Amino acid sequence: MAAHGTAEAGRTRHSAVVRGTHWTTALCFLALIFTGANILMSHPRLYWGETGNTHMEPLLILPLPTSRGSMPTSYKFVLKDQNGWSRSLHFQTGWLLVGIGLLYAIHGIVTAHFRKTLLPGRGDAPGSAESYNPSQRIAYLGVVFVFFPLMIWTGLAMAPAFVARFPFAVEAFGGQQSARTVHFFVTVLILFFVFGHVVMVWRAGFIDRVAAMITGRVRGKEKS
Amino acid sequence: MTALSRRKLITGGVTAVSGIAGLAAASRLAARYGLVPPDATGIYAPGHTLTYAAQRLIGAGSLAREFRRDQISRPSYVNGKATRNPGFVRSQAGGFADWRLAVDGMVARPGSFSVAEIRTYPSRNQITHLACEEGWSFIAEWTGVPLSHILDRVGASPQARYVVYQSIEPNWWDSVDMEDALHPQTLVTYGMNGGDLPAGHGAPLRMRVPRHIGYKSVKYLTRIVVTDSLKGFGKGMGSGAAERGYSWYNGI
Repeated sequence: MAAHGTAEAGRTRHSAVVRGTHWTTALCFLALIFTGANILMSHPRLYWGETGNTHMEPLLILPLPTSRGSMPTSYKFVLKDQNGWSRSLHFQTGWLLVGIGLLYAIHGIVTAHFRKTLLPGRGDAPGSAESYNPSQRIAYLGVVFVFFPLMIWTGLAMAPAFVARFPFAVEAFGGQQSARTVHFFVTVLILFFVFGHVVMVWRAGFIDRVAAMITGRVRGKEKS
Repeated sequence: MTALSRRKLITGGVTAVSGIAGLAAASRLAARYGLVPPDATGIYAPGHTLTYAAQRLIGAGSLAREFRRDQISRPSYVNGKATRNPGFVRSQAGGFADWRLAVDGMVARPGSFSVAEIRTYPSRNQITHLACEEGWSFIAEWTGVPLSHILDRVGASPQARYVVYQSIEPNWWDSVDMEDALHPQTLVTYGMNGGDLPAGHGAPLRMRVPRHIGYKSVKYLTRIVVTDSLKGFGKGMGSGAAERGYSWYNGI
């Protein structure tokens, strides 16, 4: 794998594992966002602590319609309940993403992809197709090593059987509802990242960068 | 074909073949050790199986968290109104004196118990968290008889693999495997927060399975069936909820 090739056209930019995990993750993310939004809409309120229900003061009332008649909102309609399949798809996608994440992490360590390509300080070359700039590196590392583990952790912290075995997983957040709230806010942060990521790719040359993430190769002249 | 791409092809092929072989071996092992849930049919079978198998491998015997009395939610949260099922309304008018809990299936001594009888059995109090799949939750103190005690009393067969339980509401039924059925915190409850179980919370008897999301805790309990197979119950997926797309295993 030669992520730091020479400046000729046709050189390798992304390894097959990075490309495969990138697009699978993108698909998983779409499925998780969509099903997560469906689940959230059955109770679009967030709380802090162990418990949360309509008798309690929420931390935040999200301005969303709901899929349950028992949930008071200012909207005059109730959406169809989509939680059954949404939950099943959400958890199955979660498993797939954990597998993808493990593959990516092992590959990143074994090939020194994290050290060479993502850790700031080594071969930073702003605007180059071979290298990422420091803020880009920090953003990628943050998503991979902070947001992604936090999503898995807060997700598991909402699972009653998991926290029966590992109570610390939920107590670290101060309760099941706190874990649910953190799960939501980390999702928002990831959405900001995805938005910024797409904007940056657009500015750097959308077709070339997307083609590079599909074929692994950089075409044509470098745009800086 | 260059040496590099040939190497890649071979590596990729070996990885793919060993991956498929690994999955096949894993699914056979899961089936042998009873780690495949009854709703492992259709496109969500891999997710349901991974969740159930993983929880059973890491968490057997673990206890749901219990809370202090000052953590009990006040007022308690009731999801909707009590059932208007005619059988329920009639029995409620008589103080549930005629309510019966039938226990049958693979048992030595099938029986039918009144609420008063169940109240004389050894009881357990526990302050646990009930979280609904919708997102809300509350903490309450539940009082009831461990399901394992009732299973002992009727002489449940050692060959039993599941316990199915049914509400007076038609199509409201669920089931647990023996790990959950014999779990000390799985209770047939009749009391809540020091008083009788309120109607909206499932009076006179409610199954409480605190290591699961709320919908496993079926209200208005009328029947318990011990079985070694879920095939004869509904569509064979283990619960009415599973037939509506919700996972059967809810420890999640």
